[in-house]
Amino acid sequence: MYRIAIFLLLLGIWIVFSGKFDAFHLFLGALSSLFITAISGSFYFSDRSKSFGARMGEIIRLPGYGLWLLWQIVLSNVHILKLALTPGDIKELDPTLVRIKPKLKTDFGRYMLANSITLTPGTITIEVGENEMLIHSISKHTADGVKDDSMEKKVAKVFEGGES
Amino acid sequence: METFFVFAGVAILILMLPIMYRIVAGPTAIDRIVAVNVIGTKTTVLLVIIGILYGRVEMFVDFALTYALLNFIGSLAAARFLDRVNPDKHYSNMKAEEASK
Amino acid sequence: MILNTLSIFLISIGIVFFIGGAVGVLRFPDFYTRMHAAGKGDTCSMLLILTGLSVFQLNDPTLANFLVVGKIFFITLFIMITSPTSTHALIKAGFEEGIKMWKRDETKEDGE
Repeated sequence: MYRIAIFLLLLGIWIVFSGKFDAFHLFLGALSSLFITAISGSFYFSDRSKSFGARMGEIIRLPGYGLWLLWQIVLSNVHILKLALTPGDIKELDPTLVRIKPKLKTDFGRYMLANSITLTPGTITIEVGENEMLIHSISKHTADGVKDDSMEKKVAKVFEGGES
Repeated sequence: METFFVFAGVAILILMLPIMYRIVAGPTAIDRIVAVNVIGTKTTVLLVIIGILYGRVEMFVDFALTYALLNFIGSLAAARFLDRVNPDKHYSNMKAEEASK
Repeated sequence: MILNTLSIFLISIGIVFFIGGAVGVLRFPDFYTRMHAAGKGDTCSMLLILTGLSVFQLNDPTLANFLVVGKIFFITLFIMITSPTSTHALIKAGFEEGIKMWKRDETKEDGE
């Protein structure tokens, strides 16, 4: 099941990148995708105990999360622009280290949370541990924003089926 | 439209200069690597613009993709290398933070 | 015509964000805050400029141009995934090497 999905994914990437649709190139693409699937098919989805329905739910909820992330990226860029173009002494700058303890269970959920924290305004994840994260925040105001667990709940809802 | 693309390319090129300054003057090695990483991202965009100007986008897009890939791998390799260089100073920041509490 | 205007608009906004990132890298006081400017200032502007370029490509909707747009989409997706990862790796390397954090109080004493 997973191997077929990986094969189709690789074949799609091959077709987009090669840009040729004759039988010879499609055959080469199928051959190489088959080879890659055979030698490294077990690398791509680490958690295979999930049911098909849970996987489909993830895929359906992913675009909404992506749009929210895009909006956060725009906000963080406006924030950086505002800080960089402040004349004289930058008053808002007051770096602090924050430690949060997320309750996410899967590695992929933690990875997505760390990336989302890095892309939202004013915070960067420094270290990701088993059940705590060290975050560098550019000012006191953004540090307060990352301490509440609204983002964690959002990530849990999308990637861990709504629990926790 | 072509003039606009020329101007956009020149603007991106000029914006590389302050980052060049950071490469020359950066107090630590990692500052310099970060600056190189930023210039790499700008170069990726610039390659696509050059492709549109020359009328060979389908070729230059491949270059841009490869450049983005190499940029990522290069910065990761440099970060892993610098992790190992200096084992004595590990976590001195974290100790300072815990002492201040 | 509409597509051209939209593309010019997106690319101009992208260049303005690039200015923010470059000035931030130049001006911010320590390594960590510079990392904020470098890691975030680039992602959005790159995204906007590449979107503008692919909108310009759609002026001439042939199959080859659609493939180019697909490749540009792959570049965007790739940079959106890798940019936070490399930012994280670099800032962790700096943190473990023990680079000092900039504090507000010290500069106040210097300034007065």
